[in-house]
Amino acid sequence: MRLEVEITGKTFRSATSGTHEVLAPLKFALHSGEVGVLIGPSGCGKSTMLRIILGLDHEFQGRIARPPQARIGMVFQEPRLLPWRSVEQNVRLAAPDVTDAKLSELFRILELEAHRSHFPGELSLGLARRVALARAFAVEPDLLVLDEPLASLDDALAGRLRDEIATLVASRPVMTLLVTHSLDDAVRLGDRLFFLSPRPARILAEVPIAIPRDARADAEIAAIKAGLARRIQGEQGDERAGRDVS
Amino acid sequence: MLRLLSFALFLLIWWIAALFVGGAKLPSPPAVLEVMIAEASSGALFLHLGATLARVALAFVLAMSLGSAIGYLMGRVRLADKLGDPWLILLLNLPALVVIVLAYIWAGLTEAAAIAAIAINKLPTAVVTLREGTRALDRSLDEMASVFAMPRWRAFRHVVLPQLAPYIAAAARSGLSLVWKIVLVAELLGRPNGVGFEIGVAFQLFDTPRLLAYSLTFAAVVLVIETLLVQPFEARATRWRPRAA
Ligand SMILES: Nc1ncnc2c1ncn2[C@@H]1O[C@H](COP(=O)(O)OP(=O)(O)OP(=O)(O)O)[C@@H](O)[C@H]1O
Ligand SMILES: [Mg+2]
Repeated sequence: MRLEVEITGKTFRSATSGTHEVLAPLKFALHSGEVGVLIGPSGCGKSTMLRIILGLDHEFQGRIARPPQARIGMVFQEPRLLPWRSVEQNVRLAAPDVTDAKLSELFRILELEAHRSHFPGELSLGLARRVALARAFAVEPDLLVLDEPLASLDDALAGRLRDEIATLVASRPVMTLLVTHSLDDAVRLGDRLFFLSPRPARILAEVPIAIPRDARADAEIAAIKAGLARRIQGEQGDERAGRDVS
Repeated sequence: MLRLLSFALFLLIWWIAALFVGGAKLPSPPAVLEVMIAEASSGALFLHLGATLARVALAFVLAMSLGSAIGYLMGRVRLADKLGDPWLILLLNLPALVVIVLAYIWAGLTEAAAIAAIAINKLPTAVVTLREGTRALDRSLDEMASVFAMPRWRAFRHVVLPQLAPYIAAAARSGLSLVWKIVLVAELLGRPNGVGFEIGVAFQLFDTPRLLAYSLTFAAVVLVIETLLVQPFEARATRWRPRAA
């Protein structure tokens, strides 16, 4: 399976100030088993791009090729749980085929066992995010889309969930698209990192990480990050220089 | 406890007023109770009450289901809203009496005409309430359902319906109180039985005890149905909301 994204433009019409451009032309593809990471400043258009890729927004210029039978697991930026259904029902409604064993395992990993029968209104934001993760994992997706899934979790838990995402990605051929502000998450999980510009978003740099995910020890990760930091500074220098000229 | 006290106070005021005004215009509580018991033991009370309740139930169900469906459609589809809006405004402003009289003229003094007239009176408020509820639906949850490829019916039942439930409950509550009032008029004008018919007869004979016996029994039945049926449904519909302890 393969996801092809070729967006040539996306503009929003705002009530007061006419139109504004959110996405500049951008193009990339993602294969099964690959994790693409989108990194960019707040408000640059990442969530907008994800909505387009998921087929929730059709008003854009360009083309998305997504295998029509692909099962999608999505963690939205905000949890988007059904407030009138319990935690367990929320997961089961999205993933009716999930087995009891699989569900129990997910709840154990995400430390949600005690909250199975709670309603979302009784959860903290971090707990609700974990339920959203459980829901996305439970569908056994072919395309997993995660919009800042580890925000508002403590470092230890975020680390464990990151490992969990890595395990899931390794266990099944799944295309994963991850939005994050954390370079650490990006480097630990990603196969290819896409650095986005401020609005309108375009891809500033596409950085593949050659070392397999499970072979990335702390030393390699530090090295990759150092390399990236140099590169980003370079790019920003170029950007500034480019702007000065124009 | 306080409710009971309040009710006792009501009886007391009624009794005192009856003493001042006189039995012909305002009979005392025992006199009314006597008529109630007589009518109940002859079976007439239950017959008329039953006829009225059956009409209420039919008209209510008809108006609620039709009104909810139309309201949902108008909330979802802009074209339906544009087309339906003038009709809605017309129906909302049409006096109940006009609808009832016209229904009897056009469809004869029939049961169907009575029920249709009552339902038509209730219909527009149900439509308006449900349209409001549909417009307030959370789009982000619709998106969630579509991303996870929930089948239509499951999404409707678990995502949409719970959001509409408070609006359905509100429409049911206000609609029921409207139907209670209109059914009596419809019966008075064109039915040979029911509480409205009996009140009409009592009015012609200036039989105040009988009039009060029927209307108070009817009011009591309404009260019981409201507390036993409508309120529990409302509570159930909003059960998931976190309550302040
Ligand atoms: N429905 C909308 N109508 C108009 N403008 C919108 C709409 N949705 C998003 N925008 C604008 O598009 C831009 C990109 O928004 P988007 O949510 O994609 O950002 P983001 O990259 O996900 O940011 P963050 O990291 O803060 O989540 C923002 O400037 C926002 O104001
Ligand atoms: Mg976002």
